[in-house]
Amino acid sequence: MNENLLNEFTVFVLAIFIGFEVISKVPTILHTPLMSGTNAIHGIILVGAILIAATARDPLQIALGLVAVILATINVVGGFVVTDRMLEMFKGRPTGKPAEKTSPEKTPPEKTAG
Amino acid sequence: MTVAVALAYLLAAVFFIFGLIQLSSPKTARRGNQIAAVGMVIALLATIPLLHFTTGGVVITIIGILIGVPIGAVGARRVKMTAIPQMVALFNGVGGGAASVVAVSELLLQGSHPPFAIAFPSVFSIVIGSVSFAGSLVAFAKLQALMTGSPITYPGQQLVNGVLALAIVALAVYLIAVSSTAVIFVPLLILGLVLGVAFVLPIGGADMPVVISMLNAFTGLAVAASGFVLGNFALIVAGTLVGASGTLLTKLMSDAMGRSLGNVLFGAFGSVKAGPAGVTGAEGKSVRSGTPEDIATLLAYSRKVIIVPGYGLAVAQGQHAVKELADELEKRGVEVEYAIHPVAGRMPGHMNVLLAEANVPYDQLKEMDQINDEFKSADVALVVGANDVVNPAARSSPGSPIYGMPILNADEAKNIVFMKRSMRPGFAGIDNELLYDPKTVMLFGDAKDSLMKLVAAVKAA
Repeated sequence: MNENLLNEFTVFVLAIFIGFEVISKVPTILHTPLMSGTNAIHGIILVGAILIAATARDPLQIALGLVAVILATINVVGGFVVTDRMLEMFKGRPTGKPAEKTSPEKTPPEKTAG
Repeated sequence: MTVAVALAYLLAAVFFIFGLIQLSSPKTARRGNQIAAVGMVIALLATIPLLHFTTGGVVITIIGILIGVPIGAVGARRVKMTAIPQMVALFNGVGGGAASVVAVSELLLQGSHPPFAIAFPSVFSIVIGSVSFAGSLVAFAKLQALMTGSPITYPGQQLVNGVLALAIVALAVYLIAVSSTAVIFVPLLILGLVLGVAFVLPIGGADMPVVISMLNAFTGLAVAASGFVLGNFALIVAGTLVGASGTLLTKLMSDAMGRSLGNVLFGAFGSVKAGPAGVTGAEGKSVRSGTPEDIATLLAYSRKVIIVPGYGLAVAQGQHAVKELADELEKRGVEVEYAIHPVAGRMPGHMNVLLAEANVPYDQLKEMDQINDEFKSADVALVVGANDVVNPAARSSPGSPIYGMPILNADEAKNIVFMKRSMRPGFAGIDNELLYDPKTVMLFGDAKDSLMKLVAAVKAA
């Protein structure tokens, strides 16, 4: 086992423990956003997709790279946006203050009208 | 890898971990997600110096991103709250697919005898990534009702799946030990896809949350494996974090159902009793059905009402209507609380997210352990579009597929009101004897319509 692989393996094992430790404290009500949020984080495969796509040299590599970049981009962007949408609804609730009824879609037209 | 890139990856990893910690509390959860997104941007920017790019390569990378961004953003923006579980499944699947393709592409560069340190993680990423991709698509199709939500079983299914798994192991060993050529790893990829489909088909719709969570962990591990193939620390750390957290979440979810993960995955849940259960329902046991006015009167003159929301509420988009009903009842001095079963809806926390959208106060949402003793003192348990989570068969019939699952004690309330579209059994496909209880009144129809009628009737009462 070379030194680089050993380093990678060390990081891998430590990351397992961090993953368990961090998640064990999440309350049930946040499980759906959590699943969605971690889902966005594994969109890091976009880094791998870019690594193979940007250095592609033949048509097959280009085709594989294109597919990988498209899929991974959907994962990253969709994952973070959908998680943000879910969490947007939690704002202000724990303090018991009722959240503003105004929906973000309605506000801009009113401004332009006024 | 230069020192600067390595440090930037470390920073990205810190952002991911810190983001996950912030996700642990409703107050900071949104910021946590944004912090993780910043970590992602850092990791992506830090990758640029690593690229020995070709002109064609840069062009297709940009094209790929330009195609992917609108699909992801629009999909995530447009999706209805009810459809979020299947959307998560879809986003998970494409990630698994990408991990698989990355590994294939890297293996092609390596020639026919890659070192073990490359071959092993490549094979792992190809197989697990394609299982996750195909499995997530099946989960999506089941939740989106593009196909039946019931388990699909046939004689010898376990044997077929076993043979598939063995074939994959055999090909993988051959690839690692003898020769790595497209003739070997393309069939490996295809078998992975087939196994993904075969693996999810016999799992019932009620168990899809557990499956999606597990496939989420799979994708994480496939990404980590791709990280080993490419020698990239960002992929290893982020992929492993997701693999570990997803595994833990999967366990928490099957625990909440009172079942082992093995039973969820291989029990062909729901197929056992679906047939006879339907017959029992038709066997002349009588059901009492009420008018909205009767039920409104019952509710309006109660002291305490516990609302049990389920997937039916999400489907009907009745969250605002249920809030309105609760407000009306509270105006009349009725105490209203919501009982949230951990697996109500299609994902853990699904009901919380849904009710949060309607601004239901946080402190009215009670988890199962908090509220189960309160049903005894409740005048009405109002079950809105839920079924399996209040099915007493989980307590009383050892033969039932849901036996042992903790349930809400709705049957202990003085009256039970069931709002359902029909007498059809719930997603688990099991009949619910509580529907035939003399204390139970049925209100048939779409949950939102029924709730609106109740609101009007309560106002008049």
